[in-house]
Amino acid sequence: MSKRLPDPLRERIQAALLNEEQRACRKRVLADFRSRREERFADAAEFARLRAMAREIKRRALHMLPDLLQQFEENAAKNGIMVHWAETAGEANEIIWTLIRKHGGKKIIKGKSMVSEETGLNINLTAKGARPVETETGEFIRQLCNEPPAHVVSSICHKSRQDVGRLFEKKLNSPYTDDIDRLCQSAQKVLRGHFREADIGISGVNFAVASSGALVLVENEGNVRMSSTLPDMHIALMSLEKVIPDFSDLPPLLLLLSGSATGQRAPAYVSVIRGPRGAQEKDGPRQVHLVILDNGRSRILADRELRQALQCIRCGACMNYCPVFGRIGGQAYGSPYPGPIGSVLWPQIQGLHRRGDLPFLSTLCGACAEACPAGIPLQSLLERLRDEAHTSQGVVRGSGSARRPGESVFWRIWELSHTRPVLNTLTGGILGKFLRFAPRLGSLRAWTICRSKPRFARKNLHQMLRKRRNQK
Amino acid sequence: MQISFPVKKAYFLGTCLADMIYPETGLAGMRLLEREGVETIFPLEQSCCGWPAYNAGYRREAMAVARAQLKAFPDPDCPIVAPSASCAAMMRIQYPKLFEHEPDVHEMLQLASRVYELGDFLLNVLQVRYQDQGEPIRVTWHSSCHALRDLDVARHAKALLRQLENVELADLEGEEECCGFGGIFSIRQPELSAAMAYDKIEAIQNAQAARVIVGECGCMLNIAGVMDKLRIPIACQHFADFIWERIGGENV
Repeated sequence: MSKRLPDPLRERIQAALLNEEQRACRKRVLADFRSRREERFADAAEFARLRAMAREIKRRALHMLPDLLQQFEENAAKNGIMVHWAETAGEANEIIWTLIRKHGGKKIIKGKSMVSEETGLNINLTAKGARPVETETGEFIRQLCNEPPAHVVSSICHKSRQDVGRLFEKKLNSPYTDDIDRLCQSAQKVLRGHFREADIGISGVNFAVASSGALVLVENEGNVRMSSTLPDMHIALMSLEKVIPDFSDLPPLLLLLSGSATGQRAPAYVSVIRGPRGAQEKDGPRQVHLVILDNGRSRILADRELRQALQCIRCGACMNYCPVFGRIGGQAYGSPYPGPIGSVLWPQIQGLHRRGDLPFLSTLCGACAEACPAGIPLQSLLERLRDEAHTSQGVVRGSGSARRPGESVFWRIWELSHTRPVLNTLTGGILGKFLRFAPRLGSLRAWTICRSKPRFARKNLHQMLRKRRNQK
Repeated sequence: MQISFPVKKAYFLGTCLADMIYPETGLAGMRLLEREGVETIFPLEQSCCGWPAYNAGYRREAMAVARAQLKAFPDPDCPIVAPSASCAAMMRIQYPKLFEHEPDVHEMLQLASRVYELGDFLLNVLQVRYQDQGEPIRVTWHSSCHALRDLDVARHAKALLRQLENVELADLEGEEECCGFGGIFSIRQPELSAAMAYDKIEAIQNAQAARVIVGECGCMLNIAGVMDKLRIPIACQHFADFIWERIGGENV
């Protein structure tokens, strides 16, 4: 801890904390999300019942994932969906680019997809000269600002309507307004043009149904349905844990997803895609491709505890309730999946040697696990990953990489003094006296940024009670 | 563990924070138990539940310290009472998980089953009734995360406070939100921890109470430390200290 290493995460956090305007916007949006969710699930018993069902469905699906994927692929192929497998993010991008090039694609439109953020698809396509256009209003706006999404549901939860008004004035040449309806109309006007011209539509996937080989896409604006039906070619991208056994598993998951995300009883649009346009049909894409991404998930699947992170349905509830997320927002995490689920998932995908800092970005208050509709024990998983970051016997990629000699020695001494009563009494007394006069360096410096130095008691409880015992 | 009534004796878990920084709180907790006729034993061999290392991601070290507590609290029929939900949660919830595949898992399970948070033990096991002796006062209450979510005992401490006739318990906005301590978090992310603590302090000020009562020495260290630095004249007090004072216990 003596050497001052650059800490990009802490720098982003400091910048986010100083941005009072964004903090105020975010606070308002998240409070709104929370109150809608609480209103929707006012019946705690109903929520508990749905959550238990969802957890079992996802657990069962993960337990038999290889079989489900195989079954899904067979059925999807029967329906005419072409399935591609990508082991890494780079492979997924490459597959998608090859499909676009072979098709002679000129205009690419996209529905919001977090997996495409994970693979860095937009950056990749742009580097190759393509110009994918995000068609969800929030995504469209954040693409205009050239920013990463700030939330898995609401990409621009940190922006005010005035911000958007000024942005549209500058980038779309539309007269300034902060009226939300008129702003949406301005965005729609631009987007309609893109929808008309597009020959490639890219989307994510919410659920893949193994028994029928169908894709289920959930949204509120209709842009995903347009992106998946208007262009000649639809390319869907999904991570491999999205597959569920059967359509009968869908209702509780849909209820929980829309209820936890926005408090809705049902999403405005649920699209079920079984394949390309049929011989007798007049519309729909002529080709439907599905890219299934692993990107380290098979490895996560191998550990029974860590696997639970793959139960996520991307509702964003954990971030809406996280006191850390509320103060710094999604962009500060430097991860496509921000908030508690991101701090559990991203270090496992990237490896702890790269993002071992994320599991520590939490007070372990447990608000996330309480809110999670899929029953993911987020707090326990964060704790597990903290240990993985230090242990040499870990299973996560890069485990043990956060081990620093100074810190390890500190905890070793702590262990010694707390396992030997004689030492404990001795060090307790000495430590108390020492810390009363200790200079504000290292940890004490960090602690005293906003607090007074802890006042150690002249006589600790052990000393007081030894005296009391002796007097008896 | 099956508790036999009347409860004749109990172990007191001092907790490392109370031991070093708030020994009066530890004494107040013990006196509240003794007042109910419970012989309260403070084993001098005890040190810490192991949570600090567990929280920092050093499980091996935490487990070694957890094992040492087995020897400190040997009587299998004697409940262990802690004036802190985080220590109680560590022992009750984490010990069984940490030792799941260890040879001494049964001993650890037996130990875990004996652990109680102080407010829970006073209200539900000893079924205390308090007579308030103090002047009218307005206080507010902050729920610690472990008390609230891990053990669900925050409501018990609040119920104890409500027994005190002259104490007005003011609502705290964001009562259930973390105060920003979080162990290693406060050292790794001091600015973020401070931002959370400042919001908590603002809510405490808005509650217009003379004191903020907590049930956790970690929260107390954080909240009192910030208020002291900002020179805000609101006292932060553990409910054990507060109740002991209100029912006319002499100064400890």
